Amino acid sequence: VGYAKIDDELLDDLEAVLLSADVGVPTTSVLLNDIRKGIKGKEINSPDDLRPFLRTKISDMLQNGSGVLTLTEQPPTVILVVGVNGVGKTTTIGKLANYYRQEGHNVIVAAADTFRAAAIDQLEIWGNRVGVDVIKHSEGSDPAAVAFDAVQAAKARKADVLIIDTAGRLHTKTNLMEELKKISRVANREIPGAPHETLLVLDATTGQNAISQAKFFSDTVFVSGVVLTKLDGTAKGGVIVAIGNELGIPVKWVGVGEGVNDLRPFAAAEFAAALFADK
Amino acid sequence: MVFESLADKLQQTFKKLRGRGKLSEGDVADALKEVRLALLEADVNFKVVKDLIAKIKERAIGQEVLESLTPAQHVIKIVNEELANLMGGTQSRIVIASKPPTVVMLVGLQGAGKTTTAGKLANHLKRQGKRPLLVAGDIYRPAAIKQLQVLGEQLDIPVFTLGDKERPVDIAKKAVEQALSMARDIIIIDTAGRLHINEELMQELKSIKQTVRPHEILLVVDAMTGQDAVTVAEAFNNDLGIDGIILTKLDGDARGGAALSVKAVTGKPIKFAGMGEKLDALEPFHPDRMASRILGM
Ligand SMILES: Nc1nc2c(ncn2[C@@H]2O[C@H](COP(=O)(O)OP(=O)(O)OP(=O)(O)O)[C@@H](O)[C@H]2O)c(=O)[nH]1
Ligand SMILES: Nc1nc2c(ncn2[C@@H]2O[C@H](COP(=O)(O)OP(=O)(O)OP(=O)(O)O)[C@@H](O)[C@H]2O)c(=O)[nH]1
Ligand SMILES: [K+]
Ligand SMILES: [Mg+2]
Ligand SMILES: [Mg+2]
Repeated sequence: VGYAKIDDELLDDLEAVLLSADVGVPTTSVLLNDIRKGIKGKEINSPDDLRPFLRTKISDMLQNGSGVLTLTEQPPTVILVVGVNGVGKTTTIGKLANYYRQEGHNVIVAAADTFRAAAIDQLEIWGNRVGVDVIKHSEGSDPAAVAFDAVQAAKARKADVLIIDTAGRLHTKTNLMEELKKISRVANREIPGAPHETLLVLDATTGQNAISQAKFFSDTVFVSGVVLTKLDGTAKGGVIVAIGNELGIPVKWVGVGEGVNDLRPFAAAEFAAALFADK
Repeated sequence: MVFESLADKLQQTFKKLRGRGKLSEGDVADALKEVRLALLEADVNFKVVKDLIAKIKERAIGQEVLESLTPAQHVIKIVNEELANLMGGTQSRIVIASKPPTVVMLVGLQGAGKTTTAGKLANHLKRQGKRPLLVAGDIYRPAAIKQLQVLGEQLDIPVFTLGDKERPVDIAKKAVEQALSMARDIIIIDTAGRLHINEELMQELKSIKQTVRPHEILLVVDAMTGQDAVTVAEAFNNDLGIDGIILTKLDGDARGGAALSVKAVTGKPIKFAGMGEKLDALEPFHPDRMASRILGM
C-alpha cells in the first residue's frame, strides 16, 4: 500500500533535505538509490519507514572506527591537530586539554602555530584557563622545533598527553603541507608511534570543500579522526557523511560552542537524526 | 576529484551543445541538469540554484534561442550572464563619509576572517592615502585584542583598545570620539565572531550600530561556507542591515558558491575578496571570474 505513496515528490523532498545539509550530490545519490532498493526489497513499506531507513544508512556511513582514543600504555600519547584556517583548532585543543585533565591526566600543549598573529597568546590563555603547561617559542620560529621541544618536555615532565597546535593552512598550499609532515616526523623520531592521533578539524559550516580538505590532509599526514566544530549554529555538517562514505575517516568529537566544556564525543545516530530535525 | 570531473562534464556538455546545429528543448534541459549539478557541487544554495535554473530555462527554451544559428553559444551565454548578473557588478569601494571619520564595522561568524580582514582593509585604505584607526571591539575571544595589535604594528597603523572589560559599544563610541583628535579619518571596528542565532550578541551589534552609525557594515564570509551561507547572511542582513560582503579564503580550491548565495539573498554587493593570510592579500571582487569559478570553468 505504502509503495504508491512514496512518490517522486517525497523523494525530491528528501533530496532537498540532504543537499541542504551539505551531504553533497554524489552521496545524496547513493542514499536515494539505497531508498529505491529498499522499496524494491520491501525494507521500506510506507513513507514513515523512510527516515528511520535513511538514519540507519547514514549512521552506517559514519560509524566505522569512531570512538575516543585510548591512551598509550607508555606515555606520552601525542595528539597532532591540523586543519584549514579558522575552523577551531586552538579552541578544540583548549577543550581537549580540559577533557584529559578532568580525566586525571597530566597534559601539555604545544604552540606550534608560530605564524598567525597572537596564536601563541591565544593558546597560552587556554592553557591558563584549563591549568596545563604550554610549550612555546617566539612568533615566527620553526614549528617543528617547537614540536621537538614539546616532546622532550612531555617526556621529562612525565606528561600523559601532549597536544600539538598547528597553524591553519589551506590544503592546497604544498609548502605548508610539507611543514606538517615535518612536525609529524619530528614527533615520530622522538616517540615511536607518535603522533598517536592526528585530528583533522572541520568546520560544520563548510560545504563540499571539506571533502577536498579531508583528502589533501590525509594524503599528507595520517588523519586518524575528524573533529566537527561549530555544530551549535544552524549548519548541519552533512559533508562528514560524504567524507565517511568516500574516505572512511571517522569523526571523533564535535564542538558545540566556544566554552571549555563545549566538546562532545561524536554520536553517529544522534547526528543522523539531527540532519532531519527541523523538517 | 568530484569537482574536476563535474567541470569536465560541463565542458563536454557545452561542447556537445556547440556541436549541434539545432537544439531541442530536451537538449537544453539535459545541459541545464549538468549546470545544476555543477552549481550544487560548488556549494551554491539549493534554493538559489532552483530559482536560477528556472530563470535560465525560461530564457533558453524560447524560440529565439532554439532557432538561432548558434543555439549552444546562446545557452552558454545565458548561463554566464545570469550568473554574473546575480553576482552584481564590481563595487570594491568603501563609501567615504563627507565628514570624517568614516566608520566601518566588520561582522560575521567565528573564524570567518574578520580580524585579518580588518588589517588588510586598513592597509588597503592607507595605501590610498587614508589614515585608518583599527578598533579592538572583540572582548571575548582569547587574545583577539593582541591579534589586532600585532597586525597594527606590522602595518604601522594605530589600534584603539580599552581592554576586555569595557562593553564593545562603549569602545566603539570612544574610538569615534578619539579618532579626530588622533587625526584619523577612517575607523575600522573589529567585532567578535558570533552565531546569527545568538540574540544577545546580535543585540550587541545593533547597539553599536545605533550608537556610532557606521557608514559601512560589512559581512565577512568564508568562501568555503556551504548551504548555511544564506541563513547566516539573511540573519545578519535582517537583524542588522549590512552594506556589503567580503569573501575570504579564496586562495584555496573552494569553488565559492557561497558568494552567489549570499549575494542572491541579501542583494548586497561583494566588495572584496581575501586571497591569503598576508596583509596585502585583499583584492577587488570580480563577478565574472567568480561566475566561471563557480561553474568550474
Ligand atoms: N560557535 C562555535 N565557535 C567555535 C567553536 N570552536 C571554535 N569556535 C570559534 O571559532 C573561532 C576560531 O577558532 P580557533 O580555535 O581560533 O580556530 P583555529 O582553527 O585555531 O584558527 P587558526 O589558527 O587561525 O587557523 C573562535 O572565535 C572560536 O571561539 C564551536 O564549536 N562553536
Ligand atoms: N588562506 C587564507 N586565510 C585567511 C584569509 N583571511 C583570513 N585567513 C585566516 O583565517 C583564520 C581566521 O582569521 P581571523 O581573522 O582570526 O578570523 P575572525 O573572523 O577574526 O575570527 P574570530 O574573531 O575568532 O571570529 C586565520 O588563520 C587567518 O590567517 C584569506 O583570505 N585566506
Ligand atoms: K570558518
Ligand atoms: Mg589556531
Ligand atoms: Mg577576530
